[in-house]
Amino acid sequence: MVYNLDLTVIWAFIIAFAVFAYVVMDGFDLGIGIIFPFFAVGRERDQAMNSIAPVWDGNETWLVLGGGGLFAAFPLAYSIILPATYPLMIAMLLGLVFRGVAFEFRWRDPAHRSLWDVAFTAGSIIAAFAQGVTLGALLQGIKVANDAYAGGWLDWLSPFSVLTGVGVVIAYALLGATWLIWKTDGTGQHRAYRLAATLGILMLIAMAVVSAATPYLVFAYWRHWFEMPGVLLTAQVPILVVIASIFYFRSLRARAERLPFLITLCLFLLGFAGLGISIFPYVVPDQVTIWDAAAPEESQLFMLVGTVIIVPIILAYTAWAYWVFRGKVGEHGYH
Amino acid sequence: MLEQLDPVLLARIQFGFTVSFHFIFPSFSIGLASYLAVLEGLWLKTGKSVYLDLFRCWLKIFAVVFAMGVVSGIVMSYQFGTNWSVFSTKAGPVIGPLMAYEVLTAFFLEAGFLGVMLFGMSKVGRKLHFTATCMVALGTFISATWIISVNSWMQTPTGFAINARGQFVPAGSWLAIIFNPSFPYRLIHTVIASYLTTSLVVGAVGAWHLLRDRSNPYARKMFSMAMWMAAIVAPVQIFAGDMHGLNTLEHQPAKVMAMEGHFQSHPDGAPLILFGIPNSAEKRIDYAVQIPKASSLILKHGPDAPLAGLDTIPDDREPPVGVIFWSFRIMVGLGFAMLGLGLLSVLARLRGSLYDWPALHRLAIIMGPSGFVAVIAGWITTEVGRQPYTVYGQLLTGVSHSPLAAPAVAASLVAFILVYFSVFGAGVWYLLKLMGQAPHAHESDPPQTPIRSAGITPAHALDGAPVPAGS
Ligand code: HDD
Ligand code: HEM
Ligand code: HEM
Repeated sequence: MVYNLDLTVIWAFIIAFAVFAYVVMDGFDLGIGIIFPFFAVGRERDQAMNSIAPVWDGNETWLVLGGGGLFAAFPLAYSIILPATYPLMIAMLLGLVFRGVAFEFRWRDPAHRSLWDVAFTAGSIIAAFAQGVTLGALLQGIKVANDAYAGGWLDWLSPFSVLTGVGVVIAYALLGATWLIWKTDGTGQHRAYRLAATLGILMLIAMAVVSAATPYLVFAYWRHWFEMPGVLLTAQVPILVVIASIFYFRSLRARAERLPFLITLCLFLLGFAGLGISIFPYVVPDQVTIWDAAAPEESQLFMLVGTVIIVPIILAYTAWAYWVFRGKVGEHGYH
Repeated sequence: MLEQLDPVLLARIQFGFTVSFHFIFPSFSIGLASYLAVLEGLWLKTGKSVYLDLFRCWLKIFAVVFAMGVVSGIVMSYQFGTNWSVFSTKAGPVIGPLMAYEVLTAFFLEAGFLGVMLFGMSKVGRKLHFTATCMVALGTFISATWIISVNSWMQTPTGFAINARGQFVPAGSWLAIIFNPSFPYRLIHTVIASYLTTSLVVGAVGAWHLLRDRSNPYARKMFSMAMWMAAIVAPVQIFAGDMHGLNTLEHQPAKVMAMEGHFQSHPDGAPLILFGIPNSAEKRIDYAVQIPKASSLILKHGPDAPLAGLDTIPDDREPPVGVIFWSFRIMVGLGFAMLGLGLLSVLARLRGSLYDWPALHRLAIIMGPSGFVAVIAGWITTEVGRQPYTVYGQLLTGVSHSPLAAPAVAASLVAFILVYFSVFGAGVWYLLKLMGQAPHAHESDPPQTPIRSAGITPAHALDGAPVPAGS
């Protein structure tokens, strides 16, 4: 039993890792889509698009691993969360359809390029917003009876979930802006700096508002935060956020090129860790724990063998692909 | 009003619609990825620029097809949970790991090397670029292997037990699950189908340009390669399909009864019904055109062998005959038409008129889309024939669905239909435009390469490629 228990926790961490990888990697892709209209038609937009064209598919694959991994390792969670957020999932998928094809279509059809640019932005915003609302819906609680979703098809909609939706849109936009600071130069980069400053402030506001709203949710998350031994860890999170923010704005002022993106990543990691502490050991807060939802040991073990061997290989060739396209996507192409 | 719609029926339509749309793209990209690897390999080996130009030309097409395959595929991996949550809870422990392996071994491989394949010609060496192309091709094949294993397990489930919560769980060896009885047949039949589909499209494009200019070396090369493929692979596919049918007869007899239109048992030799109109209410085929005893001959290898009919299956366990009867005939009919095209091309080669026979070229153009039709017809036969089960013999479709609300499913179905037809319609239009441009020397990289769109360095200056003769 102890053995099985460990396997399930390992899987919880693997899924969390996949989701986090998705959030940061597709996060900057979607973010670029969100801030796309702020860039001038022509070179600036082409640059922005090209900075992610070779990698977006790989980034999105982490979403498939997150969803597929949940299906395989925690089938019960997958079958409760997806019906509970049905319209959100469909909206996200359709948003991703528009976003994904825009990469190809805008080059194929110069006459309608502006149309596909709109599709790119709209798809990105819809996908990001739907993901954020899903997070909120999960946090505010999902009704479960007899191992199945027992609520209505609009239960996910609440002021809180809309708030988290907006928060995620802002957060992705911030990642996108700082990525563009890194990958572009000239007027595009200049614009990215200005956006990054505004979005940094918006992001802090969003974090504060969401944190302030959380105690009003049904489920007592704050208990996780203020109980021993969790408090030893959680007390550091707000402090670290403040420190990271200070460094962030200073790096912008110093016109650093990589630091803003890296610090934003740290902020994401902190936020994600905070969420993890709040929810663990539940997958559906207050209803279904990871052990309730777990697939049998044989299934988890079978996948674990492959995951342990293959994920490092994936990380290696993904890193290689990023390396091939390193440097600025500037006037001279990639250096 | 919406409340009166049956949400389960809507969910079925939604699943069938999205998966059919999805499969159109993989059935092309699996074949095209291999074709591209062959073209690039031939270029590296022979140094002939015609291969490089053809490679570049089809690479642009591949980029569009692949993007549509990816986005429609991501929809699929979430459809299981949104629409079939009971099925997901129950079958997740068995098929979930297989799909996770698909992500790990195939999707990441494709995606990881796709960027280099599309945009990296000038960034990495030629050998490394060729490796990337091969990795993408390999990825498409590995992906097909896992997903077909999943689907085949749903058709012919083996190697499982049922636990206290009513879930399917592995009972012993995973090999029994992965290599379930119908898997090898289905994998071979589906992969060959992709190669056939691709060769027919390439052949049609070649033929189109031959009709315009029969001396175009690119069109000649394409057409010749494609026609070899069709001539060799079409008979193999028919043979594989026959084997597949025998396997189905063993494991899912009701499906074969429906395909054959056998409402009644035939104790002394069953006829092969070529055409007719299935009349499910009266349980007979109206206006049947049939060859006596031929069905027993094909399926049981004896003209007088007895063959059971749907009268041996309880009514509520029968698949719907009408759909399967027709979809099967469409597939098989097109299979023989493809064989015909292949044979004609061999004849033309023998006569030395492969490039100067407009009638053959017109026929090849007409047959261009037939692979897609056959593939979809084949899947409809397979999937509808599995009804009324999702896991054959074990789990009924009627209990597999999610707790669904009709308005949500109806609205999302409408959204899928509108979005898919407009977005993928535009995509197909762009594909046709790309195919309509005659391939020519100095075929550029896909225009979205960062280098070109940045507008300074012409692709060729950066390209490691030899400058084609004459420039
Ligand atoms: C015989 C082959 C085959 C079949 C039956 C299916 N697919 Fe597929 N799928 C592919 C062959 C493929 C592929 C060739 O590997 C694709 C097409 C284009 C691409 O990017 O990869 C792909 C893409 C693709 C993707 C995007 C992968 C990425 O991010 O790169 C997902 C999530 C799925 N598929 C999921 C599914 C599901 C859930 C299916 C069944 C219901 C399914 N596919 C049927
Ligand atoms: C993992 C693989 C698959 C699973 C789990 C799966 C499952 C299902 C389910 C649950 C249904 C609804 C049942 C029904 O109403 O018929 C269905 C229908 C259908 N599937 Fe599959 N399927 C899979 C793969 C495919 C693939 C690859 C295709 C290829 C295009 C396909 C084609 C169809 C079609 C056309 C229908 C509609 C049939 C109908 O409405 O009766 N399926 N499938
Ligand atoms: C002409 C001879 C052919 C025969 C006798 C044949 C036979 C079959 C049979 C019996 C099935 C259903 C198996 C099952 O559900 O268990 C099937 C499915 C299928 N067929 Fe064919 N087929 C032929 C030609 C083709 C052609 C030309 C294509 C496409 C180019 C094709 C593509 C498919 C696909 C994609 C499926 C669904 C996947 C599968 O179950 O393998 N078939 N075929």
